[in-house]
Amino acid sequence: MNRKKLQKLTDTLTKNCKHFNKFEVNCLIRLYYNLVGDITERQGTVNGLDRNAFRNILHVTFGMTDDMIMDRVFRGFDKDNDGNVSVSEWVYGLSLFLRGTLEEKMKYCFEVFDLNGDGFISKEEMFHMLKNSLLKQPSEEDPDEGIKDLVEITLKKMDNDHDGKLSFSDYEQAVREETLLLEAFGPCLPDPKK
Amino acid sequence: MGVALGRLVQWTAPGHGTRVLEKTPLNEAILKEIIMFAESFIYKHPQEAKYVFVEPLEWKTDLNPSAFESGYVVSATTVKSEESDENGQPLLFLSVPQIKVRSFGQLSCFLLIAKDTKLKEAQACIEGNRNPVAKILGLDYNTMKEESSILNILDKITKDNDTESEIKMKIAILLKQLDVNLLNHSLKCISLEIPLHPAAVKNDIELLKRFSGKGEQTVLESIKYTSDYEYPNGCRAPPWRQILGEICYVLVKPHDVETLCITCSEEGVFLNGGKTDDEEINYERKGVIYKDLVTCLKEKSAKFSENMSKQKTRFNEELQKEKNKPNETPKKEAPGALRKAIPGSDKTMLEKNQINFGKSNMIKRLEPSLNWKTTIDSKEHRVSIHEERHGGRVEKSAPSVSAGKAQLIRKSGEKVEEIVSESSSESEEDEEPPDHRQEANADLPSEYWQIQKLVKYLKGGNQTATVIALCSMKDFNLAQETCQLAIRDVGGLEVLINLLDTDEVKCKIGSLKILKEISHNPQIRRNIVDLGGLPIMVNILDSPHKSLKCLAAETIANVAKFRRARWAVRHHGGITKLVALLDCAQNSAEPAQSSLYDARDVEVARCGALALWSCSKSYANKEAIRKAGGIPLLARLLKTSHENMLIPVVGTLQECASEENYRAAIKAERIIENLVKNLNSENEQLQEHCAMAIYQCAEDEETRDLVRMHGGLKPLATLLNNTDNKERLAAVTGAIWKCSISKENVTKFREYKAIETLVGLLTDQPEEVLVNVVGALGECCQEYENRVIVRKCGGIQPLVNLLVGINQALLVNVTKAVGACAVEPENMMIIDRLDGVRLLWSLLKNPHPDVKASAAWALCPCIQNAKDAGEMVRSFVGGLELVVNLLKSDNKEVLASVCAAITNIAKDQENLAVITDHGVVPLLSKLANTNNDKLRRHLAEAISCCCMWGRNRVAFGENKAVAPLVRYLKSNDANVHRATAQALYQLSEDADNCITMHENGAVKLLLHMVGSPDQDLQEAAAGCISNIRRLALATEKARYT
Repeated sequence: MNRKKLQKLTDTLTKNCKHFNKFEVNCLIRLYYNLVGDITERQGTVNGLDRNAFRNILHVTFGMTDDMIMDRVFRGFDKDNDGNVSVSEWVYGLSLFLRGTLEEKMKYCFEVFDLNGDGFISKEEMFHMLKNSLLKQPSEEDPDEGIKDLVEITLKKMDNDHDGKLSFSDYEQAVREETLLLEAFGPCLPDPKK
Repeated sequence: MGVALGRLVQWTAPGHGTRVLEKTPLNEAILKEIIMFAESFIYKHPQEAKYVFVEPLEWKTDLNPSAFESGYVVSATTVKSEESDENGQPLLFLSVPQIKVRSFGQLSCFLLIAKDTKLKEAQACIEGNRNPVAKILGLDYNTMKEESSILNILDKITKDNDTESEIKMKIAILLKQLDVNLLNHSLKCISLEIPLHPAAVKNDIELLKRFSGKGEQTVLESIKYTSDYEYPNGCRAPPWRQILGEICYVLVKPHDVETLCITCSEEGVFLNGGKTDDEEINYERKGVIYKDLVTCLKEKSAKFSENMSKQKTRFNEELQKEKNKPNETPKKEAPGALRKAIPGSDKTMLEKNQINFGKSNMIKRLEPSLNWKTTIDSKEHRVSIHEERHGGRVEKSAPSVSAGKAQLIRKSGEKVEEIVSESSSESEEDEEPPDHRQEANADLPSEYWQIQKLVKYLKGGNQTATVIALCSMKDFNLAQETCQLAIRDVGGLEVLINLLDTDEVKCKIGSLKILKEISHNPQIRRNIVDLGGLPIMVNILDSPHKSLKCLAAETIANVAKFRRARWAVRHHGGITKLVALLDCAQNSAEPAQSSLYDARDVEVARCGALALWSCSKSYANKEAIRKAGGIPLLARLLKTSHENMLIPVVGTLQECASEENYRAAIKAERIIENLVKNLNSENEQLQEHCAMAIYQCAEDEETRDLVRMHGGLKPLATLLNNTDNKERLAAVTGAIWKCSISKENVTKFREYKAIETLVGLLTDQPEEVLVNVVGALGECCQEYENRVIVRKCGGIQPLVNLLVGINQALLVNVTKAVGACAVEPENMMIIDRLDGVRLLWSLLKNPHPDVKASAAWALCPCIQNAKDAGEMVRSFVGGLELVVNLLKSDNKEVLASVCAAITNIAKDQENLAVITDHGVVPLLSKLANTNNDKLRRHLAEAISCCCMWGRNRVAFGENKAVAPLVRYLKSNDANVHRATAQALYQLSEDADNCITMHENGAVKLLLHMVGSPDQDLQEAAAGCISNIRRLALATEKARYT
């Protein structure tokens, strides 16, 4: 890619990006093409970061481990659902990922947790996301009982309209009350300790 | 029946011929059950009643053949039943005294005939037939008593398929039922026995009392109840404790350990927290539960158990006597008394059996629960850090020595207890204490269980589950003690503190949010410290996350409310880190939030100040804050205008201002200006702390001037008018008191009409306020105008009324104020009329030296200004003797004040004569060798006044008072010079004294004094020299003539 093209791309992306300055955008674009280049070497032609490559980045850079959540994060980045993260999706996604405001993050996290995209986090979705969160006690009769109970606790805490599922407004209200609940169903943002 | 008889019934020891049943209530109950079963058998199961036993039941009966009536063939010594078996054998055959019974029908009839002696007969029957089941049904049925499954029985039925065996089976089942019944019944009996009974406890204590007293042979030094009042139900615990089953509390002083404070409750006997400062008992359990007092004491005191075994014969006799008085002791507790018999003593084996039997049952019934274990753990943990807490207590209670001592005693008692209980942890005793919490579980609120569940998720969840559990736990009412203690009791504290040690920021935040709330509870605070929470929190203060810093600092602020915690904060470097937090608010331009979990810089500084405020209650921490450079930072924060920030900052400063070098630093940092500014704030708490800080700092004259220069006196005077908030009023009056030490300030206060307001506050105020108000009036009344104001506002009467108080600080101030008022003759008239002088005089008997001294000082102007002062003084019976005897005090201030009083008393010739008779001269002379200028001055004055009577001058010389007086002239204090010169002048009237003075070089010193600008001094010195000179001339003259 020649310098002029890069310059132009940087300018357009910087214009649309709230949280990064020009220099940062420039760096991220270079990084993106380096990453894509690596893959191209291995697999031939590609038109962006595919799911596996992206998950690899999430794992290595941000220490994420939960497969399902990583898939959901990929979906969050891949706005056009074409199975690849394009350079603009990359910059936009990272801006939210690293510098996003609470509002942006809430929206993003809710999308991550709303597995079927119906605008609600249902009990089943919660169960699905939380199912590995408790140490299995071999003595217990129903190993899922704890998870079910945890789902009930979460609902009690967050479901303000008592309809048995979380709408975005339920979620928003709960998170505004207690920021810790932002990533209630799994870590989908970079860990603050890093 | 077999099982019950084999296991439950209490037999006497073997080796006494035939084993017999012991007479215990349990046995009695079992026998009664059996009798009921047998008696009703004939009605309930008529068919089975006809069944003929395989072998007859045989025993010796006391029943007379004549008792048998119809249905029996009766002769003189034999009885045969008319009912007989297939072979014609009678089913009941009695040949005195042996009886054989072969059916349940006959057994029922026999019991009916036996009437009153039923019990005895049944006992004899059981004793005679150790295995009744085998006899009734045959040996093969007996074997099934162990594995008594219904299958077994069915199996038998199918094997021998006839009516007889069917009946046999029915009987077998009936007997089985009886057996189960008996077991159940006896269980009830046993559980009834377990609770201690007030009367049983009382007996124990009375008995121990009889064996207590001085000397090596007694079991205890003393044992006494904490309360003399006994409720009608025999308990001595207050009703709200009785609900918990507590009966009474006893203070026990064994020979070898400190006094133990013990709770006797229905569940058993255990050590409680001992008496607290205000004579209350700390009811909290401090150790394991023992089944009775004797066991408990044996555990705690080796001497007790040693002497107990020496005394055991006597003790057991007493115990036996106690038992043999059935009228005095309710029947129910007889087994209780038995159980109290010391194991291993020479009591019969039976009792031992009974104890073991009871024990094994209890162990089965009461498995220790999880929460019980938790408390044990934390207890052991506590032992290790006990030493330090021990030290901590001493300093904390320093102000009141006696209270501190009491606590010391209690603490060391507790320490001994803990060591003892630890060392004995391997013994079997450990299994014994029943867990009384388990029983209480039934009443636990639903929150308890919910919290327990959440803690389970905290323990076994990943970070996502942990965060959810933490957020949910936060929704409980954490201000409520139930929830706070529930979290602790289910082991939540350990987990929460553990979370702080992880890398998970979110978990740490959640955990701290909970800890912050529950640490308002004093018990939880201690637990957090015991679990080592503070070092971890101190480390978090270094975290890059500001919200974490905030939460950690806030939690530290809550936890550091007691000394050991403050020590821990300092010890782990917390003070430096907290002071560093204050530095955060430096850049006013806030950077954008870098992380979602971040707080504002100002907030960080505020939390830091909060924590420092808590920590600053320890002296060493104050020093550490200063060394860490905290004062300039606090001074800078003081310039902000956020009340939230100002309150902890001023609070910290106010705490620290008790230290001299802080006051200097506060002056240097120009903090007073800001304190004064904040006096005008709207916030009462802030006003209070500012006033308090001024009160502390205004010990220093320059500071007092600063307060005035920054216009602080007016707001102080204004705040006096609002009397609702007593804490603030106390702080404000305190500040006024200290400020009014400066004359210029007093003038200002008079301008602001503060004197009038102060007089109005002399009534209906708490003591903290009164002390300060009276102190301020005492200072103000040094000026004539104010003395007049106080009189005109009617302030003298309430002041004199306060002379009868008991508060030491108040009395010191009141006497001072009354003394100041008495300078005015008109005021003196009022004081005299109110009998104020007598009240002052009686304060000379007060045990506190400060009060004595202050009262004596106050007496001086009273005597000076009272009409007929001499007469008034004489009218106090024993008053003069009292004053003279105070010269034996070893407190310099008391001595000086009493000398001043004597100076005034001695102005009346008659009184001087009286005090001379009481030996004032030798006492004054004895004091002469002192370096204290104040005492020197007043002593010299007293001596010069006392010279006016009889041969006192000579007596002072004889008591060697003159030579030391001469040395006073070398002092630097002009007042001492004047008083001494006057005294020497008086003494020089006696020739021998002149010689002594001359020998000690008085002339040269006095010659200097003649040149003094002080006329009195000049005159006295010159007079003295002239006396010495005249003597010399006279001697010379005598020599030449």
